Amino acid sequence: MKTLQATNDFVIKFANVNGSGSASANTLFAKSIARMGVPVSPRNIFPSNIQGLPTWYEVRVCEAGWNARRGGADLMVAMNPQTWEKDVAEVTAGGYLFYDSTRPMPSGKFRDDILVIGMPLTEICNATYTDPRQRQLFKNIIYVGALSALLGIELAEVEKLIAEQYKGKEKLLEPNVKALRMGHEYALAKLPCPLGLQVRRADKVGDKVFLEGNNAAALGAVFGGATVCAWYPITPSSSMAEAFAKHCRKYRVDKETGKNNFAIVQAEDELASIGMVIGAAWNGARAFTCTSGPGISLMSEFIGLAYFAEIPATLVNVQRAGPSTGMPTRTQQSDVLLCAYASHGDTKHPILFPQDAKEAFEFTADALDIADRLQTPVFVLTDLDIGMNERLCDPLTWDDARTYDRGKVLTKEQLDAGARFGRYLDVDDDGITYRTYPGTHPSRGSFFTRGTSRDRYARYTEEGSAYVDNMERLLRKFETAKHYMPKPEVRPGAKPSRYGAIYYGSTAPAMEEALALFEAEGIHLDALRVRAFPFQDTVIDFVNDHDHVFVIEQNRDGQLRTLLVAEGAIDPSRLGSVLHFDGTPITARFIHGDIAKRLSALQVTPLRRTVAGGASGE
Amino acid sequence: MTYLAKPKLHHPDLPKNALGLTRRDYEGTISTLCAGCGHDSISAAIIQACWELAVQPHRVAKLSGIGCSSKTPTYFLDKSHGFNSVHGRMPSVLTGANLANRDLLYLGVSGDGDSASIGLGQFAHSMRRGVNMTYIVENNGVYGLTKGQFSATADRGSKSKRGAVNTDEGIDLACLAMQLGATYVARSFSGDKHQLVPLIKGALTHPGAAFIDVVSPCVAFNNHEGSTRSYDYVRHHNEAVNSLDVITMHKEITTEYAPGSVQEVRQHDGSVLRLRKLADDYDSSNRISAMSYVQSHYARGEIVTGLLFVEPEAIDLHEHLGTTMRPLNELGDKELCPGSAALAQFNASLR
Repeated sequence: MKTLQATNDFVIKFANVNGSGSASANTLFAKSIARMGVPVSPRNIFPSNIQGLPTWYEVRVCEAGWNARRGGADLMVAMNPQTWEKDVAEVTAGGYLFYDSTRPMPSGKFRDDILVIGMPLTEICNATYTDPRQRQLFKNIIYVGALSALLGIELAEVEKLIAEQYKGKEKLLEPNVKALRMGHEYALAKLPCPLGLQVRRADKVGDKVFLEGNNAAALGAVFGGATVCAWYPITPSSSMAEAFAKHCRKYRVDKETGKNNFAIVQAEDELASIGMVIGAAWNGARAFTCTSGPGISLMSEFIGLAYFAEIPATLVNVQRAGPSTGMPTRTQQSDVLLCAYASHGDTKHPILFPQDAKEAFEFTADALDIADRLQTPVFVLTDLDIGMNERLCDPLTWDDARTYDRGKVLTKEQLDAGARFGRYLDVDDDGITYRTYPGTHPSRGSFFTRGTSRDRYARYTEEGSAYVDNMERLLRKFETAKHYMPKPEVRPGAKPSRYGAIYYGSTAPAMEEALALFEAEGIHLDALRVRAFPFQDTVIDFVNDHDHVFVIEQNRDGQLRTLLVAEGAIDPSRLGSVLHFDGTPITARFIHGDIAKRLSALQVTPLRRTVAGGASGE
Repeated sequence: MTYLAKPKLHHPDLPKNALGLTRRDYEGTISTLCAGCGHDSISAAIIQACWELAVQPHRVAKLSGIGCSSKTPTYFLDKSHGFNSVHGRMPSVLTGANLANRDLLYLGVSGDGDSASIGLGQFAHSMRRGVNMTYIVENNGVYGLTKGQFSATADRGSKSKRGAVNTDEGIDLACLAMQLGATYVARSFSGDKHQLVPLIKGALTHPGAAFIDVVSPCVAFNNHEGSTRSYDYVRHHNEAVNSLDVITMHKEITTEYAPGSVQEVRQHDGSVLRLRKLADDYDSSNRISAMSYVQSHYARGEIVTGLLFVEPEAIDLHEHLGTTMRPLNELGDKELCPGSAALAQFNASLR
């Protein structure tokens, strides 16, 4: 049998039972590879459950630095009997299976085209530990030790990470290191070390940081000046609110008084969350909520109010697979249309599409500025893949010269100086009007905020012309929004092409890798990453400049394509959809395969069959 | 009829309060509600209470939901910012507004449909949180704007104008508020200004969640024989347990009462709630006995009014959250942004 041979380019997948403490051991494993200067991208594939159901942790080791999911598994660490058959079946031919051999398995449970490595983990643990919880937890550390021997991971790096993790808790440090070494030594003595899959020290990580999107977005909210957060728990966004609380405790407690320069309320539901955000922002505080698709559905009425009454609000939607409860722990980009047009009546909302944790940080801070500037709800659309997985990205940066853009707010002094105030009076001809905060002035600047139609001076009216005047101004404001939103990123092919590709959000890593695959084959594609809605002219021009444009998305219905057709007046036949929506993150293999097929159908020179990256047989 | 401007001229001898303002300075535009609507009396009571307390009108934020009652904030305090939000969701908007600036007075106005039907959840949770506010429900037991459907506070067995009998149990918002932790709970009647004005003053000075259920007959759809929210019915079944006098910290206490008949409650801001007992066996400092009293009298068909419960040592949401005394909306980059040095440390912790 030929076994896979690969250095710094393979996928290892851990099959665990959730609630067994495997997550921290698996993270330790992934981080130790990054510490060796080898880029690594881990992904959690977890159930909507607390204990007892299957969970997977997939680690792509990739010196080339591709962060997307690759697909397949070259080494399976099969620790969950419930999913044994599926896990064994998933291993690439010539790959490896690592399992707990304490109980003998019938030979029919294996495959003869993979190398099976058994280690009696339970037996070792039972012999070493008496406490059942310790047996469980140290089993995970022991397999990390064994894998480090099998894969050539430097033990010193793993030990350094454990030392950092248990700094100040030396009691826990020693037994963890002991368990790690026990596994390592066992493997060196009894297992076929080294495997064909090897990690070799490199220098491809640089100063990159290992960061989760939700954590990054939460920090963006802190840096962006949010003082009020109202939220309701929902996967996969809850960890953002929790991270915001953690960051606030660190950065936002007044040193002299010990009082908090923030307020966080876990509301009774999403309706109340957005209501509080709107109330706070109406009253001049920066406020946000974080949620997922079902939450946006519930918030829709309020979003319409904030649109029509023109109140800033920042909403971070960490998307998951819908509709309804859908697959709550799987990723998708299926709330694009929901967010773009949320609420009844004619509404449109600005959306920012971060591609990773770094942009989740930046765009969340930006969104707070944009919401104040435009006085309207602004969405930051991430997803589970970005939000809940640690990913290597460039270090976060902040310009200390930056000041918050609080938008058009009249102060007491301006009102005293005789500033003409009409809450909905467009004096600058950009569709954005001036507002006042409650309590500003004893006799000037008060107005009534309402979701009903009103004139330029905020007086209730059902006069058709006043209504139309207002609705058209809101369109002008939406046009103005384009200037404040992040610009699209154009990636021209090496040579001019008639074909283009549009992508956004968490599709970016897979798309970049797919583009490299095409380039390597001499097929040139121009690409554009949409970073915001409303679309700037660059986006529409890009479509018009190509014969055919593929829109790559992680949803069933091609929602961004629909939005392009509707908002850019584009002939739909010129936009093809490349859609991946099974809840797993999209891969370069998928994009490459699908576009190659469509290019053939469009009668381009047929493509050579290619092997898409990764381990190859020997 | 908001297009009808109120005359700006007024009598030069109108009495002035401590701020030198007349009652007219606390008014809003002309009401568009039906002539005789109880809600207009409540607006008048709010105006009177704010004037008597010498509240700065622009330091009040008035918020409401949707419905006849929720229209009324336009009819008082036109120097205040107002917010007519969405149906049943005023409490969350008010909560958020309060979080942003703890220095303003928050007045939430709602109706029985708005608070007991569609908005029961938000009503309940704002009470639980102890939001520092005055929350007034103008309770007529009926949907006025949509022409006469029962609301969730309509009593079981009461009759609609068209003769339909309500078979659902009515919700007593005052009892709910007590159960949910409100620290000032009162009930009154729109037709009893002498009782209502001091209750609103007490609520405005109360440093926590203050709730007033004001029975306010709907002359168009719920003022007939068989209704339990008509003027006649309420007058005949009203049982006031006490009468309230609110003495702000600046005023000298002069009136004398026989010992034992008056209870004085001192609030955080120094104001004193002076309660004169009308029912000997009523104790407004005991949440549980108050609830029991109100419910046992309800079972006899009586509507208990007055200051039903007060907790002078109220703790509000800001205290629970430990927020700074400065309004959050006044904090700027300097207080809020940790800066690039902190970010560099954060990056270092992630490698």
